[in-house]
Amino acid sequence: MPPSTTARRVAARREGSPFTGLGPVFMKEFSDHLSSARMMVLMLFVIAFGALPVGLSLQELRNVTESDPFLFLRIFTSAPQRVPFSFTASLTLVIPLLAIGLGFDSVNSEFNRRTLSRVLSQPIYRDALLLGKFLGGLATLTVALVALWLIVLGAGLLLLGIPPRGVEVARGLGFLVVAIAFGGVWLAIAMLFSVVFRSTATSALCALGVWLFFAILWPLVVPVLVLAVTPTNVAMGMGRLDETLAMIQMQSTLERFSPNTLFGEAVIGLLNPETRTLGPIIPSQMRGAIMGAPLPLDQSLLLIWPQVTGLIAAMIVVFAIAYVVFQREEVRA
Amino acid sequence: MANSEASNVVEARGLLKLYGTQRAVDAIDLDIRRGEIFGLLGPNGAGKTTTILMMLGLTEISGGTVSVLGFDPVRQPLEVKRRVGYLPDAVGFYDHLTARENLRYTARLLDLPRRQTEARIEEALKSVNLADVIDKRVSTYSRGMRQRLGIAEIVMKKAEVAILDEPTSGLDPHATFELLEMIRRLKEAGVAVLLSSHLLDRVQSVCDRVALFNRGRIALIGTVVELANQVLGAGHPILVEASGIDVPAALGSVAGVQKVTQERAATWRVVADRDVRAAVAQRIVTSGGSLLRLDDLQPSLEEVYTAYFEQARNAA
Repeated sequence: MPPSTTARRVAARREGSPFTGLGPVFMKEFSDHLSSARMMVLMLFVIAFGALPVGLSLQELRNVTESDPFLFLRIFTSAPQRVPFSFTASLTLVIPLLAIGLGFDSVNSEFNRRTLSRVLSQPIYRDALLLGKFLGGLATLTVALVALWLIVLGAGLLLLGIPPRGVEVARGLGFLVVAIAFGGVWLAIAMLFSVVFRSTATSALCALGVWLFFAILWPLVVPVLVLAVTPTNVAMGMGRLDETLAMIQMQSTLERFSPNTLFGEAVIGLLNPETRTLGPIIPSQMRGAIMGAPLPLDQSLLLIWPQVTGLIAAMIVVFAIAYVVFQREEVRA
Repeated sequence: MANSEASNVVEARGLLKLYGTQRAVDAIDLDIRRGEIFGLLGPNGAGKTTTILMMLGLTEISGGTVSVLGFDPVRQPLEVKRRVGYLPDAVGFYDHLTARENLRYTARLLDLPRRQTEARIEEALKSVNLADVIDKRVSTYSRGMRQRLGIAEIVMKKAEVAILDEPTSGLDPHATFELLEMIRRLKEAGVAVLLSSHLLDRVQSVCDRVALFNRGRIALIGTVVELANQVLGAGHPILVEASGIDVPAALGSVAGVQKVTQERAATWRVVADRDVRAAVAQRIVTSGGSLLRLDDLQPSLEEVYTAYFEQARNAA
């Protein structure tokens, strides 16, 4: 047969919705995750990492006497003196781990248990299987994060003794959405590796490697890269203003390739209402601004919009790559 | 898409699968009739599983056409998969779920009406003798029980065609026997069964027709007897055990006998163009010999298989 036959066949439209069977796959993944021992361990991990900074910063916040209109949000963002990281900073580490834990073996374990070909011989497309697994993982992640969020909120209510204001709750909800999107990116990354590698250990290792790279190495590598391409006088701080600005902008652009940076910036914009910009500020821009005055919610949302869309776009792009690889994969051993 | 005749459930014409330049399945033609058990035989890597996967639309087709129950697996895989049950080689189930839960998941994927689901699951598990372990986790199941659970899935699905890939490999003789019984029962229920296997004598006992695969091609196709005639030559082989006379000399002149070869001490294999058992017995007795054994040698699939691959090797 000539190769043109192949092309024609591939181009031939397949019939039936790609979402046939999406619901059952989603429900199965969701219930499997929620009842699994792994989820228990991950939740313990998340709560332990979340409780420490929250507990300590609550103790400190109870002693704050000056009136702070966003006291509740400080639970999330303030780094207590005794531990060097805030609740959100610890989430930057823990959410990827949670997502990787949920996704690293989602496809290759089906292959290794030899259930993949049996499931795919039922009337569903691979699209439904992959998307159902992703949504199942995302739903699990959502449950975990909402639970954590409610715990923090409840602890705040109990220990601070004052209810949060509406705008604080709204910002907190925004934070939740951003955290879920951030988890989605890492879930997609973990699932990509689970499609690429047949061995679950290899896929876990690769996903954790990417996580470590973005968590530790990338923040160190970016300044070096920037310095390498910047003229010496600019790097020494003796360049013109626009040159210096260009250097700083390049640095933050590179940093934003990391989902961790996007998440961190979005969280700062949401939970610190005083944040006016996520980039450098030059004095002329500050003319007329009242220092420390909070932005209204809509302005904060506007500020972090690029970060949020960036996270969602990254999630979709990585999932799409996993999808393409999965479609081409042979199901046989 | 070729319009399928009512009697054929699977029709393949020039079906081709390329992996790079290697022809895993090389332009095969294959018809499987309604209600028959069809065996795919051949060494590993001969293209059996690839052929099966192409019928299910689980791997891309490089050329040719295949239609399953009148549907094109490339364009209408959902329609095909709704009607065809597949038991993969070394089938896997979710170990942390029970048999019932595993089948319930399949039922949801099949979108069976919820009201019928439980009854159909129980009925299917009963038909494969797993009713008493229905709520046990699959992790406690033996290999044979997993294979039977795979059959139960096909029964629950009410498939019109069952495709079984190496269903008996790795099973003990008793489990194999049970499984073959279940395959026969599928046939009685009107299901066309396509199975691939290495256990030739077992295959012989259930298959109506077989196809012998070699390097991506179908070398031979037909009933076991037809295959034997093609490979081993026409004729009736019989086994004679006798003593007291010169058997080849005595039998050489019996009408119809073509060849007498010694198998082992006092045992000869006689090939004739018809059933010569009566004449042979008479000749031995009248020549003064004592006849110890006289066997009609059914052509066995194993002999056909071995002889074919020997011939193929010699020809190459």
